[in-house]
Amino acid sequence: MKSSGITPSQTVGPFFKYGLTPNGEYAWNDAFTNSTLTPDVTGDRVRIEGRVFDGDGVAVPDVMLEIWQADAQGRFADPQDKRALPNASFRGFARCGTDKDGHYSFETIKPGTVPDPDGKPQAPHIVLAVFGRGMLRHLYTRIYFSDEAGNAADPVLAVVPADRRATLIATREAGKPVYRLDLRLQGDEETVFFDV
Amino acid sequence: MTFIYPTDSNKAHPLPLSPEYKSSIKRAPNKPLIPMRHTLSELTGPVYGHETVRDGDNDLTTQHKGEPIGERIIVHGHVRDEDGRGVPNSLVEIWQANSCGRYVHVRDQHPAPLDPNFTGAGRTVSDAAGYYRFVTIKPGAYPWGNHHNAWRPAHIHLSVFGYSFVTRLVTQMYFPNDPLFPFDPIFNSVPDEKARARMVSSFDLENTKPEWALCYRFDIVLRGKNATPMENH
Repeated sequence: MKSSGITPSQTVGPFFKYGLTPNGEYAWNDAFTNSTLTPDVTGDRVRIEGRVFDGDGVAVPDVMLEIWQADAQGRFADPQDKRALPNASFRGFARCGTDKDGHYSFETIKPGTVPDPDGKPQAPHIVLAVFGRGMLRHLYTRIYFSDEAGNAADPVLAVVPADRRATLIATREAGKPVYRLDLRLQGDEETVFFDV
Repeated sequence: MTFIYPTDSNKAHPLPLSPEYKSSIKRAPNKPLIPMRHTLSELTGPVYGHETVRDGDNDLTTQHKGEPIGERIIVHGHVRDEDGRGVPNSLVEIWQANSCGRYVHVRDQHPAPLDPNFTGAGRTVSDAAGYYRFVTIKPGAYPWGNHHNAWRPAHIHLSVFGYSFVTRLVTQMYFPNDPLFPFDPIFNSVPDEKARARMVSSFDLENTKPEWALCYRFDIVLRGKNATPMENH
């Protein structure tokens, strides 16, 4: 039974930085950083980086990104994931604000395979939420990895028009554990955002 | 998973493009959002290490040597889902302007005083029944460049997580009877009048502390989850 309606979303505004991503710049402690890594985390360490652009192709300096992902074995650090216990040292959440040129980066590990509701494997992916001034509600998207053969059979990528899938796939830099993915909030090359 | 969050609940939210709010014009997607079924990735959500929340992080009036200037207030409420279940252990983060309407931020240079005893950020974790509480200073209204004589109604930003990645909410708590409501394009980006009213706190005389602080109540309602599996779309 529905008892009451949900609270509507409002923009994070331009001044979230000292509240949500202080990173030592403000007189307030950090709850989260842009790294999910802990000293004893297992899995392949990767860096994901890119820039965020608006509909005019102008870098967006006041966006906050949050990622959530499975561990290297594909398990989430959440009691709602009833499968085998996750890697105890890995929580899978990180938060980053863009800098003045719209750059962001995350230090994390490559996630494992997570099943879809039918039990079919999804390709390794990270879920991403985008918050910022001018965005009344955050946007949901995903990060996939260019060197994963499983992308071809991924059930979520399959519902994305083929000519837009590349906006979700971070490109591996030659010889380095670094992946690049730019986000475009609007325009011809607009990132795919999901209605969840 | 046996729980599905209905997308109908999202109708309470503003549309991405709200032209009166000028910053949305170049930042809202032009293309329709793509529906997808929720998977474990969407249905699970961040789990916190309690070490990131320290004792006193929910009192914004005691973070510095002296007391901040302004009207001391208690802000408290219940985090629950739309089915009425309290959401325990949910991280609630807040940030706000000081009593003069100025943020501690390099880009806020409007000519109002900064308060050396007020940062304007706090956090707490909802208790076992979903209740949270902050002590802070009532924020002031402040001007912004959206349109002629644009002033934001006094508000506190709140960030809440809930049970899953799809119950994530960032919102703003407003104060009752603010004369700026009819003129604010962010407040009015929520099309439904009843939904807009849910962002306005209520004055709570009962929990006001005599000779110390006024009190406002702000309940936060996140998406509910149906108990039986259903098609998402």
